[in-house]
Amino acid sequence: MYLWIWRRLPGTWQTRTATALGLVVAVAVVLWYVVFPWVEPKVQFDHGVVDGPTPTQSAKP
Amino acid sequence: MRTVIRGMGELCITAGLIVILFVTYELWGTGRYTEGQQNRLGDELMKDWRASRVTTEQVRLGKGLAMIRIPRFGKDYHYVVIEGVERKDLRKGPGHYPGTALPGQVGNFVVSGHRTTYSAPFNRLGELRLGDKILIDTRDEQYTYTVTDRRIVKPSAVEVTAPVPLHPNRKPTKRMITLTTCHPKYSAAERMIIFGELASAVRRVQKPT
Repeated sequence: MYLWIWRRLPGTWQTRTATALGLVVAVAVVLWYVVFPWVEPKVQFDHGVVDGPTPTQSAKP
Repeated sequence: MRTVIRGMGELCITAGLIVILFVTYELWGTGRYTEGQQNRLGDELMKDWRASRVTTEQVRLGKGLAMIRIPRFGKDYHYVVIEGVERKDLRKGPGHYPGTALPGQVGNFVVSGHRTTYSAPFNRLGELRLGDKILIDTRDEQYTYTVTDRRIVKPSAVEVTAPVPLHPNRKPTKRMITLTTCHPKYSAAERMIIFGELASAVRRVQKPT
């Protein structure tokens, strides 16, 4: 998979390395700011409240 | 065949790296958000307290209500208590159950907080001992509660938030505080509950502005 991407990057090995690093950073940024905040409430393992008086519960018990 | 196996290996390693990044996000990244919100709400609260006009308006959901300090956790330990216990409120810091007593009132002042994520305000709640102080600062008074009990309950134990904790139908006569957080750490299986009772209330001296 990574070899396949590497082969398709244009330029000398220096530009390839730079592009590859850029790709990694871009993926990390998307994960950190978009995917993780969306996933976080779904796998929330840290419930502080007791159930009941206010609707604070996610679907998971 | 070889390419397939290599591809699988790469996928597994990638998945592992993503999980590591996610755990970092949960345990550290979420705290950065809370820190920012706490600074903002803390400034807001201080500004409100300094203002000379007092309104009778209720504290709005998501706004700062009081300051909680627990000397056992060090003298720098302080959090703005937010009004509300919805997910978005608790992300900002420990939250007060709307409808339960306010600090110093007869009844039960109930505060909920995260234990491991979002700055983990209530991470060390398990270290509290009987008699430890919980200080609640409001605009006019500083309330000192002392810890009277600790319980581990089921997540459905709503009765701990009753005006008389654990006895939903009794009429309150004491001024109680109840802190709730998840238990054990990194799990939502149970809740840890700390009960306390008001020991003293001291009028705060307003700093001249």
